[in-house]
Amino acid sequence: MREMSDRALRLGVPLSVQLDLTYRCNEQCVHCYLDHDDHGEMTTVEIKHLLKEMAEAGVFILTLSGGEIFMRKDFFEILEYARALTFCIKLKTNAVLIREAQAARLRDLGVESIQVSIYSHRPEVHDAITKVPGSLRRSINAIRFLKSQGLKVIIANVLMTENMQDYHGVRALADELGTESTLDPTVTPMMDGGRSTLDLNAGESALRTLFREETFVGDVDEFCALPPAPDENSMESLPCSAGHTACYVSPYGEFYPCVQFPLSCGNVRQQRFIDIWRNSEQLKEVRSIRLRDLSSCSQCAHGSTCTRCPGLAFMEGNMRGPSTADCEKSFARTGIPSANLLAKKQNPSVPRLVQIQLVPAITGSRLSHMGASANALGA
Amino acid sequence: MSKKLYVARSPRIAARMLGEEMLVMAGQGSTLFTLNPTATVLWQAADGATPLDEIVERRICSEFEVKPEEALRDAEALAEDLAKHGILLISEEPIASHSIPSQSVANKSRVQEQQQP
Repeated sequence: MREMSDRALRLGVPLSVQLDLTYRCNEQCVHCYLDHDDHGEMTTVEIKHLLKEMAEAGVFILTLSGGEIFMRKDFFEILEYARALTFCIKLKTNAVLIREAQAARLRDLGVESIQVSIYSHRPEVHDAITKVPGSLRRSINAIRFLKSQGLKVIIANVLMTENMQDYHGVRALADELGTESTLDPTVTPMMDGGRSTLDLNAGESALRTLFREETFVGDVDEFCALPPAPDENSMESLPCSAGHTACYVSPYGEFYPCVQFPLSCGNVRQQRFIDIWRNSEQLKEVRSIRLRDLSSCSQCAHGSTCTRCPGLAFMEGNMRGPSTADCEKSFARTGIPSANLLAKKQNPSVPRLVQIQLVPAITGSRLSHMGASANALGA
Repeated sequence: MSKKLYVARSPRIAARMLGEEMLVMAGQGSTLFTLNPTATVLWQAADGATPLDEIVERRICSEFEVKPEEALRDAEALAEDLAKHGILLISEEPIASHSIPSQSVANKSRVQEQQQP
């Protein structure tokens, strides 16, 4: 996989794309970063056209996500078309609309994997997070249908204040169901810049506990080791695949480096996918950034080992700045505060967050063109 | 082998050209393969209707300097290997075309070497 990514990077190929088919959802999760109203999703024809362009551009791994993908009545039509174009398809879903028939169809279409969101093994906790009574039972039933078809299922959990006692239970549930599982320790800001979801982050103490559990992090000593001083190689390293071999397209056709990086690079309703990928000034800027260019992080002890997310940094106001959520993770791992945390301690202020705004309608189906503006909240 | 063999691309696989190599992800095992140029030619020509010996004669012998008998023997072994991994279907009868994924886009996506900034 690494070799394939390196080759794609060398060739300038967008190897992996996440396409959100809709932001509509049948769950209303407390930590969700999306506005669930439909502001003018791409039509079936528009999506098929985009898929063809993406295949021609060399996209191999296609993640279909949302919102809830099964809220689209044309979901299987889109999936069938995507498989005919020989994409490797990964799905992200809450699975509550999957029954035996849907599971069988997913198997027939050769889907690579299905990621299902499960936040607790206890219905009272999971259903309180999704705000849908009975949702845990329905998701688990769906996982059983999917497994009975021989499909690969990954349970995806997010650590937050509401469920921080339950991640062992979710892992045990995954074992019982025969699935893989992941645990994301970060709740992100809303895509529109709202910060209310950040209050749900589990906090430093919970992270410190989690990072010392071998079953989740592997070798604890290695995971929590003091960071080596950044060398020349790490100074030249790329932050992540966003904009380099991967990108994200919203249901409205907006093109971003990553689902967590709401820097608008163009819209596939107005430009060809490959033209945005090759020519977007925003993407060129993202691609130009190396560790040595980061104002605070290049001076930080964690520089070579930090999981800094450039998208979260962008949402804090500066794509060359730190991502505080990752500073907190580095601190929880090692006990050493990052350069950013030290600076904040000396000069506390409200973090800046980029505001993503709906811009006025262009024409007809272009109603919901979303663009990142330079407006910032806070100081 | 005396009987004609037919080969078809498996409908369960994902595939894409990356530079000069064909990437293939075989179904639910999530195993990634990189096909060499000969295997790529065979995979692209595997339409379920053309017998393997014709594919070898028309596509492999014409592109690679190899004797037909030797090429056919190697192609049969290769096809069996690819079938074992779920990448190709093999039959002694033609294989219905509706179960074969298109390979036109997978081929089109050859890209020019492009330097990242």
